[in-house]
Amino acid sequence: MSLMKKTFAKADPSKPRLTTSAMIASIAGPDQKTEAAPFGHALARLAAERADIVGLSADLSKYTDLHVFAAAHPDRFYQMGMAEQLLMGAAAGFAREGFVPFATTYAVFASRRAYDFICMAIAEENLPAKIICALPGLTTGYGPSHQATEDLAIFRGMPNLAIVDPCDALDIREAVPQIAAHPGPVYMRLLRGQVPLVLDEYDYRFQFGKAALLRDGADVLFISSGLMTMRTLEAAKALAGDRIDAAVLHVPTIKPLDEAAILAAAGKPGRLVIVAENHSIVGGLGEAIAGLLMRSGVFPSFRQIALPDQFLDAGALPTLHDRYGISSGAVVARTRDWLGRSAP
Amino acid sequence: MNASTPILGHNSRLAGRAHAIRRHALKMGKVQGQGYIAQALDCADILAVAYFHAMTYRADEPEWEGRDRFYLSIGHYAIALYAALIEAGIVPADELETYGGDDSRLPMSGMASYTPGMEITGGSLGQGLTIAVGTGLALKRKGSKSFVYNLLSDGELGEGATWEAAMGAAHWRLDNLIAIVDVNDQQADGPSSKVLSSEPLDDKWRAFGWFTQRIDGNDIEALVAAFDAARNHGEPVPRVIVCDTLMGKGVPFLEARDKNHFIRVDADEWDKALAMLDEGAGR
Repeated sequence: MSLMKKTFAKADPSKPRLTTSAMIASIAGPDQKTEAAPFGHALARLAAERADIVGLSADLSKYTDLHVFAAAHPDRFYQMGMAEQLLMGAAAGFAREGFVPFATTYAVFASRRAYDFICMAIAEENLPAKIICALPGLTTGYGPSHQATEDLAIFRGMPNLAIVDPCDALDIREAVPQIAAHPGPVYMRLLRGQVPLVLDEYDYRFQFGKAALLRDGADVLFISSGLMTMRTLEAAKALAGDRIDAAVLHVPTIKPLDEAAILAAAGKPGRLVIVAENHSIVGGLGEAIAGLLMRSGVFPSFRQIALPDQFLDAGALPTLHDRYGISSGAVVARTRDWLGRSAP
Repeated sequence: MNASTPILGHNSRLAGRAHAIRRHALKMGKVQGQGYIAQALDCADILAVAYFHAMTYRADEPEWEGRDRFYLSIGHYAIALYAALIEAGIVPADELETYGGDDSRLPMSGMASYTPGMEITGGSLGQGLTIAVGTGLALKRKGSKSFVYNLLSDGELGEGATWEAAMGAAHWRLDNLIAIVDVNDQQADGPSSKVLSSEPLDDKWRAFGWFTQRIDGNDIEALVAAFDAARNHGEPVPRVIVCDTLMGKGVPFLEARDKNHFIRVDADEWDKALAMLDEGAGR
């Protein structure tokens, strides 16, 4: 077997030069309304009311927005260094002694490197440690070392661990106190930096464990989590121009899944159900919902929009979102295709 | 007991406790016909000094806030800790009969949610010291004077997370953290020194910034002195006691076994082991 290298790409002077979206990249579009560091600010606010909150970092406080908390509550910030197993074990130690630790790192390091520590030191004892992780799915162009395209597949199998995949700044700031109040461990996929604000246009509040129907529609039901809810909302607006009527059910809690809401929405006849997620097609929200529908005897026409089961390319984030089908344009195109409707 | 030599008297009482811990462990081994019995025999002296000399706790209130925490990251050694918890009165002695059975509170590997006094679930090796670092920091936040002890084994030191924790403990100057390493030079595939050598151990811990002592872990007097020095050391650094021990200690035919990481003993041999143990203690 030979090791294949990529072929050399020549620069095309007719195209604008895109730069790699590295760790500091924002997922916000150029005209999108944003809020800075919603997690860091929400945690700092909560910690002002709750003395039991502590924050732990593994050398990535600036890249997980925990630096905002650290500046507000320096005596409650614990730098554990580039040592994710220590980070999770230490979080367990704090939780054992009655604190509510928020341990932050990148999703790849929590899921791939520190899994056993989260599982045995935290989840097996159902300790209230909160694991808040940046760069979920495809949110960096840095390449597979930093792209957590399989974190949901890894974590969904862990008993006791709740999983939250918020969509925007509003979702994050409302989720933080509810995550803290949850008696067990929680994994949250974090959008950091300048985080888009989109859900303020809808009659929506984050409720732990609940899905929310953001808009209704007769032809298509999008079920989505995380940043893909932004994309399905954008796609639904675009599809309305083609007289395709799309509903969007936002599922910010992946585990426990709001089965009643999903079954009610997917069981409504005559709609194509499309689950959209910023995660590999293997083992994420789509397969969770497919399993739920099959077990429950609900059989709609079913499609998935998700990242392919492969290690993804490095490059510029907008390019990669298009290439792997999770940009709103790609969602619109595939939806039209599945409905047998050509572009106008 | 001689009233004019209270220390010696204390130490001989500790030797009696260690003997009782070995007996409890052998009896549990007999229930299952197998177990990590050689480790229990080798670390009984350490546990006796920890539970009957060094540590503060309430037997009838295992989660009393003022207690010293004892973390067994080597879940395999559960039989040893159960023996100590029975001897300390934290686990009732008649529960020994249930060891390793269905619905028992004494499973083969130590689980925090099963057993009073079992503070962490430690079967996946290399996690105990990372949890102890968090606990050490948390105890300081609370203004607690309690210590957190972590019993590790030499084989466990192959797990890199232990060294992440060793760095973290020194960085955070955790003077309330006392690690004890049971060096019996045996792990699943053979002698630790041949599987993956972690020597020179005292140099390593010292280089990581820990107050380090290395002693004969089957010498009660040395253990008492080392635990005292660890607790009373003046520098704001974590402490470790590296204990060289003998697998199967106290039962000559188990001491002599080549492969004693996990021991199966014929039914009649358990009583023979108990008799040899008692005979040795009488000498």
